[in-house]
Amino acid sequence: MLGRTANGLYWMFRYIERAENSARLIDAGLRMSLTRSESSEGDWDGVLQSAGVRELYDEVHDTLTSSDAIDFLLRDRANPSSVMSCIEAGRHNARMVRTALTRETWEATNECWIELKAMLANKARPADMPEIIDAIKRRAGLIRGAFHGTMLRNEIFNFSRIGTFIERADNTARILDVKYYVLLPAVSAVGSSMDNVQWESILRSVSAHRAYGWVYDAELKPANIADFLISNGRMPRSLAYCYEKIASNLGYLAREYGERHAAHETAEETLASLRSQSISDIMDRGLHEYLEEFISHNNRLGQEITDGYRFYQ
Amino acid sequence: MINADSSPRQPYSTYHQWYASQDRNRLIAKSKEAENIFRKTGITFAVYGHADSSEKLIPFDLIPRIISGREWRRLAQGIEQRVIALNAFLDDIYHKQEIIRAGRIPRELIEKNDAFLPQMIGFRPPGGVYTHIVGTDIVRTGEDQFYVLEDNARTPSGVSYMLENRETMMQMFPELFHQNRVRPVENYPYLLRQSLSSLAPPGCAGKPRVAVLTPGIYNSAFYEHAFLADMMGVELVEGSDLRVIDGKVKMRTTRGYEAIDVLYRRVDDDFLDPLTFRPDSALGIPGIMDVYRAGNITIANAPGTGISDDKAIYSYMPEIVEFYTGRKPLLENVPTWRCSEPQSLKYVLEHLEELVVKEVHGSGGYGMLVGPTATKKERAAFAEKLRERPGNYIAQPTLSLSTVPILVNKGIAPRHVDLRPYVLVSDKVQIIPGGLTRVALKEGSLVVNSSQGGGTKDTWVLED
Repeated sequence: MLGRTANGLYWMFRYIERAENSARLIDAGLRMSLTRSESSEGDWDGVLQSAGVRELYDEVHDTLTSSDAIDFLLRDRANPSSVMSCIEAGRHNARMVRTALTRETWEATNECWIELKAMLANKARPADMPEIIDAIKRRAGLIRGAFHGTMLRNEIFNFSRIGTFIERADNTARILDVKYYVLLPAVSAVGSSMDNVQWESILRSVSAHRAYGWVYDAELKPANIADFLISNGRMPRSLAYCYEKIASNLGYLAREYGERHAAHETAEETLASLRSQSISDIMDRGLHEYLEEFISHNNRLGQEITDGYRFYQ
Repeated sequence: MINADSSPRQPYSTYHQWYASQDRNRLIAKSKEAENIFRKTGITFAVYGHADSSEKLIPFDLIPRIISGREWRRLAQGIEQRVIALNAFLDDIYHKQEIIRAGRIPRELIEKNDAFLPQMIGFRPPGGVYTHIVGTDIVRTGEDQFYVLEDNARTPSGVSYMLENRETMMQMFPELFHQNRVRPVENYPYLLRQSLSSLAPPGCAGKPRVAVLTPGIYNSAFYEHAFLADMMGVELVEGSDLRVIDGKVKMRTTRGYEAIDVLYRRVDDDFLDPLTFRPDSALGIPGIMDVYRAGNITIANAPGTGISDDKAIYSYMPEIVEFYTGRKPLLENVPTWRCSEPQSLKYVLEHLEELVVKEVHGSGGYGMLVGPTATKKERAAFAEKLRERPGNYIAQPTLSLSTVPILVNKGIAPRHVDLRPYVLVSDKVQIIPGGLTRVALKEGSLVVNSSQGGGTKDTWVLED
């Protein structure tokens, strides 16, 4: 396969993953603002931080309002992580690599773009938001379904999956980091009394608010939430789950090509530490430091894959 | 479709019966359905200079254009003769230049032409084939009266529409293909790959590796490039994927560099090799011409074929066909005035309102004047340009192009069409029975180019 094609697949799936992530963050933000009586601008500050676009937002806007924040996350082309920017970039990459995709996968991607482009042509009214969030999730689900149902499990599949999980691991780590940063001082000060709405919003941001109850107590505890999103290998957005997938897909490539790269070491090391470290170890060392290091390792892995598989040269 | 006595023309008789039994509203709904299929599949083209709408659909008309087996045989013979002559002409022009010595074509017309590549002099491509893929543009003016408008011998496009139009028709109206014996075009990608593989260079050991070279995603025909690579089962590459290593052209794969033997390039000559042609080209491969001349890659079509389909050369095609085949051309050339000749220029300027004037190097229907439909002001402005650079233009009479029916809201209406059959050249000449029918959707219009509001329809060649 061409290095450029591997690159296109990798980014196509990173962008589709990111689009869904941005949509989920908006969803969680909307939910929080519904369950509060006072002004919700502070919540949107947290949402923008979780999406990693807080500073970018200030470059474009003078004041923080919920309506501007939603628009920025949903459709602003100045925000490369907005849903529409991601869908466009994902479809652009898909178009470039369309000979590697099944007709079903390509059409699901193209139709996603067609529908959302029309739906997001103008600033969304608050009343339309549920329908829009739903459409984004549904369209992303259709792409995923077509991809899983029709693609051969070969190198094309592996590069696509690696893109998906590098992006997802990055998203989960950022959400956790930002929310803890914002929330934890309050926790330590007051002890056990917490703002349940805020905690639930973390779980909502990764579509895990129901699953949490199945796995842990009904009570939202910081250590349990961190455990769920970092170490729980059954939770499809946890760091451990993402790295299981990254390592296994890289493993297929290594066997097929008969060649290992620095990326294989990095992915396997990270996976081993995710499996061996307990959440209390991590909390003792400092969650923020841990996540910061994780994000930087995850970026390095992306670069090693880019180099090892000759994406650009 | 209909004769003067209002009976259907023979090849249309079965279709006409079917059409008469159809509900018009259903057909109009089908028409919308077809558009959705095209949009969903992403069968689009880019119009340069339209930033807001970078991807457009080519309108598809669902009434097929039908050609009888007898009509087709006649056409095919004429096309084959012409394509053989084109290749012989190219070989001659880049070797002994006998046609110039014989005084049939002026030397400066060749040697001062930008499409003539001195780098090709004395070099014979693998198998002696210059034009692997040709799309001959043909118009009809009467029963058995066909004219060749253009010989597209560089990188003719549109073949994906021929294939998708057929696919769409078979999906929407399967019954029509039971009732009519339509010759298949679907095996084109297979024939193309076979034809390209058979002309692998002498330096190729083992099974030839074929790739399609595209300028990239922003090119107007990108969809077609991806489609053909996909259908042939070969890589779609860009210049940035390729590099000359150890005397071979190699592509960068996830496991290292791998050699390519046959490159079906959809990049113009100028951009092919920055070391040989335009140094600012980012679309090409530095050094590919050296690899080519060393016999280590086949480039299809060969660089320099543009000299054979140049509009200035076009007017000499009857002489060219006769010179190399020893026979009169089977297909007619449209009478052409070369404005470089003072006599002709005078005539053209006096008869602008009845002529079509084209730029010698233009394409896509840009920069031309359709005399009869132009305003007085447009004609005057064009006359100015003609006087300034007469050598830049040729002129032709407006032909009374045949019409075929298209579906409109009120039923059917006649519109002007042309036809581009596709020809593959290897050790044999294969003409795909069908082609791209382009139709001028505006009533009375003669311009069929997709960039100017033209549409397409499926083209049937019947077995008989």
